[in-house]
Amino acid sequence: MALKSWKKKQTPLDKEMLHLKSELIKMWELVLSQLRKAEEALTKKDKDLAREVVSTEKRVNGYELKIDSDCEDILALFAPVAVDLRFLLAVLKINMNLERTGDIAEGIAKFVIGLPEGFDIQLLEITRANEMFKQGNEMISEVMEAFEKEDTLLARKVFKKDDLLDDINKNAATVIAEYISKNPSKIESALYILSSIRKLERVGDQAKNMAEEIIFYSEAKVLKHKSKSKKNKNEDEE
Amino acid sequence: MESAILKATNFNASFGENHILKNINLEVHKNNVWAIMGPSGCGKTTFIRCVNRMHELAPNATAEGSLKLKGEEIYEMNPVMLRRKVGMVFQRPNPFPTMSIYDNVIAGYILNGIKLSKMEKDNIVETSLKQAALWREVRSTLYKKGGFLSGGQQQRLCIARALAMSPEILLLDEATSALDPISTSMIEELIHQLKSEYTILMVTHNMQQAARVSDKTAFFYLGELIEANNTKTIFTNPKHEKTQEYITGHFG
Repeated sequence: MALKSWKKKQTPLDKEMLHLKSELIKMWELVLSQLRKAEEALTKKDKDLAREVVSTEKRVNGYELKIDSDCEDILALFAPVAVDLRFLLAVLKINMNLERTGDIAEGIAKFVIGLPEGFDIQLLEITRANEMFKQGNEMISEVMEAFEKEDTLLARKVFKKDDLLDDINKNAATVIAEYISKNPSKIESALYILSSIRKLERVGDQAKNMAEEIIFYSEAKVLKHKSKSKKNKNEDEE
Repeated sequence: MESAILKATNFNASFGENHILKNINLEVHKNNVWAIMGPSGCGKTTFIRCVNRMHELAPNATAEGSLKLKGEEIYEMNPVMLRRKVGMVFQRPNPFPTMSIYDNVIAGYILNGIKLSKMEKDNIVETSLKQAALWREVRSTLYKKGGFLSGGQQQRLCIARALAMSPEILLLDEATSALDPISTSMIEELIHQLKSEYTILMVTHNMQQAARVSDKTAFFYLGELIEANNTKTIFTNPKHEKTQEYITGHFG
């Protein structure tokens, strides 16, 4: 499977791609740390930490530009084919997914910076936004591990985990409406948290997209727009 | 499905004890461009040389199994007649140096002793040179010697010479490997145009060329046909590990 099998003979292209892989993992770690910091900033109403997330976003953007440019160079200079080509295409897309995930962390951090006075921290629990944070971060972390180890079984596990995020997101409007009716003075807090929930749901989508890319380059299977049951089937079961 | 123009069934070829091609099964359909790839010594050139029976010109050469051109066994045909139906262009351009460009194009007719009227000859020369994308460059110098042309022009002259016989199949044995990128790209463009009328089998070591030009690709290794599929599939998702190793440069 993909890069793993290149141990017996490493070509200059392999070296470029291994370097690209390590760069992407560094970006992944940075984005994951951004998400974790955004979560901590919100739960602790820590505006300084939120500012740190906003300023670090530039580094995520820097990684995105560098990885894009490296992919362009490799395509132009090495004209990769087969699994090498699929790997590069996957890296290009994962790069974009990671940058968007970084934007989500930044967006949540910006909310924290502008949090209204008397923001009701209980809302995180009531709306289950805290569970979403935990699940979303776990998904991003597991997809990273799947990418690092080229483990498509692990990548497939992420699809199921997204159900929780979808459920919470779907019920959020009802829960928040109920909260607002009981606490009319906290409308602003409630709207802030609803917006964060919508963003966290998209973290799950990005993780799923990245898992699909790992399966695409490792197994040459396109899982986009496939039903959940088909996505969860592994190669041997199909 | 349309029947194959060329069909190899359990086809084997040897030079004495040296078993070069082992049980080759391949169907080539009309108007397809096939790229034959594989490392040196894998049998790809031997395979295309069997198609016009040049393989048997070597001492101790033998062939077994079936190789059919339009349903007719190639090894039961008259080799001279066969070679009129199967044109071949080699790695190095080889126009007849003492013949004019004009005579080079109709060399197949001259050497076969086929009499043609002046008008027929003129027609064949013009049509073949146009098909080989050389007409505009040489129409005013048709009676000059072919050896005065550039390498790329000489190779297109050889293609025109092969096309002049209206072959069923055109074999290209690394036909661009001795040419500069501009001449190579002209010949690649030519292959694209020719496939509406001809079926082409090209041996190439240039994988990007195979990817650019061919509809189908066959990968040979140690005399066996490892994988034959649509070129797109071979270059995006080859089914056989050996093919993947070869095209990604992880061979040996």
